[in-house]
This record gives sequence, C-alpha cells and structure tokens, in this order.
Amino acid sequence: MNNSSPKTMYEKLWQNHLVEEAKGETPLLYVDRHLIHEVTSPQAFANLRFHNRPVRHPERTIATMDHNISTRSIKIDAAGEGAANQLRALAINCKDFGIELFDMGHKNQGIAHVIGPELGLTLPGTIIVCGDSHTATHGAFGALAFGIGTSEVEHVFATQTLRQNKAKTMKIEVKGNVGAGISAKDIILAIIGKTGSAGATGYVVEYCGEAVEALSMEERMTVCNMSIEFGAKAGLIAPDQTTFDYIEGKEYSPKGDVFAQAVADWKNLKSDTDAVFDAVITLEAKDIKAQVTWGTNPGQVISVDGIVPSPEDFSDPVEKDSCINALKYMDLTAGTKMTDIQVNKVFIGSCTNSRIEDLRAAAGVVQKYEGQKVVANVDAIIVPGSYRVKEQAESEGLDKIFIDAGFEWRLPGCSMCLGMNDDVLEEGDRCASTSNRNFEGRQGRGSRTHLVSPEMAAAAAITGHFVDLNA
Amino acid sequence: MEKFNTHTGLVVPLDVANVDTDQIIPKQFLQKTERVGFGVHLFHDSRYLDHAGTQINPDFVINKSEYKEASILLAGENFGCGSSREHAPWALQEYGFKVIIASSFADIFYGNCINVGLLPIKLSEAEVEQLFKLAPDAQLTLTVDLPNNVVTCGELSFKFSLSEFQQYSLENGVDSVGWTLDKLDTIKAFEEKMPAWQ
Repeated sequence: MNNSSPKTMYEKLWQNHLVEEAKGETPLLYVDRHLIHEVTSPQAFANLRFHNRPVRHPERTIATMDHNISTRSIKIDAAGEGAANQLRALAINCKDFGIELFDMGHKNQGIAHVIGPELGLTLPGTIIVCGDSHTATHGAFGALAFGIGTSEVEHVFATQTLRQNKAKTMKIEVKGNVGAGISAKDIILAIIGKTGSAGATGYVVEYCGEAVEALSMEERMTVCNMSIEFGAKAGLIAPDQTTFDYIEGKEYSPKGDVFAQAVADWKNLKSDTDAVFDAVITLEAKDIKAQVTWGTNPGQVISVDGIVPSPEDFSDPVEKDSCINALKYMDLTAGTKMTDIQVNKVFIGSCTNSRIEDLRAAAGVVQKYEGQKVVANVDAIIVPGSYRVKEQAESEGLDKIFIDAGFEWRLPGCSMCLGMNDDVLEEGDRCASTSNRNFEGRQGRGSRTHLVSPEMAAAAAITGHFVDLNA
Repeated sequence: MEKFNTHTGLVVPLDVANVDTDQIIPKQFLQKTERVGFGVHLFHDSRYLDHAGTQINPDFVINKSEYKEASILLAGENFGCGSSREHAPWALQEYGFKVIIASSFADIFYGNCINVGLLPIKLSEAEVEQLFKLAPDAQLTLTVDLPNNVVTCGELSFKFSLSEFQQYSLENGVDSVGWTLDKLDTIKAFEEKMPAWQ
C-alpha cells in the first residue's frame, strides 16, 4: 500500500507506530502507554531482574491495584494471603523500577481501564497495552489498545515496543439511532450476538455510524471494552469533539499548545472515506432491544422480550452442541421467557460498566421503583470502578439511593467480574451482572452469569428477575 | 525459551469448542508471583469433582489412564478465548503438553503460546475433524516436524504454517527481549521523531 492510498484508522495507527519492519521479523511497534496491575506483572519483573534489565521508560508505565483487592477494606491483607503477596510484590517492583503506583486507597486507584481514561492517560493516536484483555476499552478514544501476555509485558518494560503481526480490519456500522432506554451495553451485546463469540478473531474492529457517534465517551468505552468478547484484537472509535472535550483538562493530558497540536493531529486519525475494510457488518440501531445473555459465552445473547433458545434453533453443529451444554450449565429450559428467569445475585461494576454514567443509570432505575427495595432473596452489590467514580457518586448522593434500596455500596476494584477476591458466587447462584464474561465458573465454580446493562441489573435487583424496562 | 524441533507424542482429544482461559486455569490459581505451580490446576473445574481439587473426575478425557502420557492436545475451535493470562499456556506446558492442535485459536492466547515455546498448530476444520475421528481410545500418535511445517501419522500428513519470525523464534529458542534490545538505536531514532503530545 503506498502512502497516498486511503487508509483505515487502524492502518494509520499502525504506520505511525511502526519502528521497524525488518525482513523475516514480525513488525516492531512503539508502545506509548503501559498499564500494569498485580496479577500479570510479577513474572515479568522477575525476568527483568534475572537479566539485570531496567524498565526503559518507567514514566510511560502506570501501575494500579485492581484485580485482587478487597471491596470491603483498603487493607492490603483483606483479600487473603495470595492476593496480599501479589499486591506487596507490585509495590516493591514499582519502587525498585521507578514506576508510579496507585496503591490501596490512593485517590487515583481503580480499575486500570477506568483510571486510564479518567486521568487523561488514555489519548487518541497512541498504542496502549496492559496484561488484561479488556484493554480494548481505550480504543474508544481512537487509541490502538489491546491485551498482552506476561512475556509481552516484559518485552514492553525492557524495550517500550512490541512485535505484532498486522490484523485484518472490520467495520461495524450501527445505522440510525437506538430507541429510548437502550444502553451502550445493549449495542455491544447485540453486535456480539450477531457475529458470534469468535466472529472477529484476527480482526481489529472499528465501530462507526450515527448510533456510535451519538455515544458519550463512557458509553463508547463500554462498547470497545467488549471487543475481545467476539475475538477482536482491538476495537476503535474515531476521535471527535466528544473525545477532545472529555480529555481536555484531565490530570495527565497534554496542556496548552501541546494539546492544540495534539487535537490537530488526532483529527487526521479517522478512516479515510474510501478506505477498504476486510469485512463490514451493519446493524440497524432501531432494531436493538435490551439484551440478556442466556448461555456461557457472550455471543449467546437474546433480547429481554425473547425466550431461551432451543438447540434446534441452531443449524451449525458446533453452535448446537454449545447450546446444549450452555442450557445444562445454566440450568435453563428452552422456551422460558427471559423475563421469567429469577436471579439471586446482582453485580453492578467491572471495567465494562462501573463508571459514573453507569451508576447514574442504575440509580435512575432504582428511583423509578419508588421506594421499593432489593427483593428479599437477592444480594446486590455496587462496585464503583475507581475512587474518583466513588467520590463523584457520593457527591451526587447515588450511594444513598443504593444503600436505602438495600444494595451494598463497596470499594472500587475488579471484584465479582472475575472473583479473584472474596466477591465470589456460590455454586448454583444466578447473577445479573454488568461485567463482560459469562463463561462457566467465571464468577465462581458452578455459578451462572447473565450479562446485562446497569439498568437491567438494577431492575433485576428490585424485582428478582429480568424486566423489559422499555415495554 | 527451549528450542522446538520435532516432537512425537500421544494425542488427547478435547472435543469442545470455545474453551476459554478461565476453564484452562481458573482465577483462584493466578495468585502467584512465580511461573511455576500451574500445571496441577490445569482445567481444574473439569478435572476435579470438588472445589479443593482432591477428587479426580474420571469422566474428563484428560484424566483417563490411556491418555496419561499425552503431550499433544487436540482441541475444538476458538481454543484459548477470553483473558490474556499467560498462566494458561504455562499451565498447559507444565502439565506436559508440547503442542496444541485446533482449527482456530484466540489471538492473545496464540501469541502467548509462541512466546513460551508451546507450539499452537492451526489445521483446517476438516483435518481437525479427521484427527478427532482417529484420536479416541488412545490410537493416535503424531509427529510434529516444525522445521518442515508438517504433522504426520503413518500415511497421513498435514501441513501447517507460522509466521516467519515465530517459526524462527521457536526453532531457535530466541530471547525476544534481547533480540529487540539489539535494535535500541532504531527505537531511539523513532522516539526522537515523535510529537510532543505522544
């Protein structure tokens, strides 16, 4: 491809970060920002020590404690010995290698993919990596952002680069406007329902169309966050005025003339009009309804006004088998109305849906039920994505709304999304969860997860079942 | 990283699609600061009947005595989907697997395997299906020849490919960090041209 031919945003980001493309070698890309946490970094630091290698750009690396931490206490020992060992190791490693760390109770602490954007660490036109697959979240800003393994964490530490083979490109256009009450979570779940849980493997996806452009930054993050859930390497949304307005004035974002130059550069990032994608998928926004997963991967999803599918509904033998296995694991009968499914746990949180707009949306639903409380047999927890989100929510009185309605208001962290701390479901529990994965055992061995929006999760807490809020 | 040349081993068939990294190594076993100690927890929820992992599930294919010596995992499509945890290939490797064969892999998992020296082989759906038919009852021993990019079993042979550098890295056990550090001048030259905001 020559320089003048039309390019996709991904191709521009690639070109701008290509350090070297040597014959016989995987292309070498520059990494602008590296986010790290306690679970996937210790072995990378250990290897640096073994080889006596420094972190090349500690100032481009930011550490937070998120995966393992207790949501009941800021004490480092509160989530068990294994967690405490990893948290202490992170603190020591950050100190020894000169990396800024947001540790327990720090005002900037929170889930990596929540704090990156809110602190202005996440910028358009950059490459951002983290040893976590939901790094795709930052693609909402027009950053090429993806999850990496621990060997790659080590490679970034030592070199500030990564070797990557070029991905194929996919455009997902959501045409028109979504109906009232349809959230960003519903949009991305509907997309995954259409593509299947591996539909974008090998691709970097660009989301576009009126419905995407209309989203706030936080909503765009929810969409990009789940790119990995249909196999995409990364998800991208073209930066626009909404993006620039969000970034301006954030603690770590560029200031003054540098910011002005940045915005001028960022405006050139969007895909050229005639750029060619390897695949194109189109959805009509008006057809998207509130979504609930019924199975054990995020592609097994249906509208809340639908019924649990039957294996007979699938012609592909693999999908048919997956349906049989999922119904068994989920203890669901084909034909059951989604609104008849009863839950006993509700989790509102995770890097998908723990930002202030998510909490406002959930609180809004709680208020619509006018004084009704979380139903007796349901335990419902709210876990803000960061201390900043928590503080903002409290300043708006959202915590009061939740607590008065019988929700537990917790401290920030990854929490029950993956249950590495003590926020774990019991065997047989059925949870309405605003997280991103409904895999078998994800939230606890033998537990059953239904992925939903914050609005749906709040309604499920109050009523004990899924509700078509837009009916 | 150990060099990979050829490997001959018994195949264990795990005929399930979309096996995610939470199934390969559940989160409660990720609380380590070392690279070892994961093999015993591989496929924990399927492999053991109890949460503590004291009762073997005799029905899980990997637990069957005839597959005890297996070193090649034949898996369903989209193997390794989900999280970026490198603990998944570490666990597979520590258990004793040298090669994973599937018709498709999740991207991050695939890259992680290469980086730890565990060979992921993509074959066509028809070829994988053929192998699944041959694998039951511990009948299938395969020879994987990385330099020649071929998997053989008697008369049968299947070609596979890796990108040029991945192939070179596995065959030579390349220290990928050291390799890149040799190019530090190129990286520094790139950094000097970056805009101020970046």
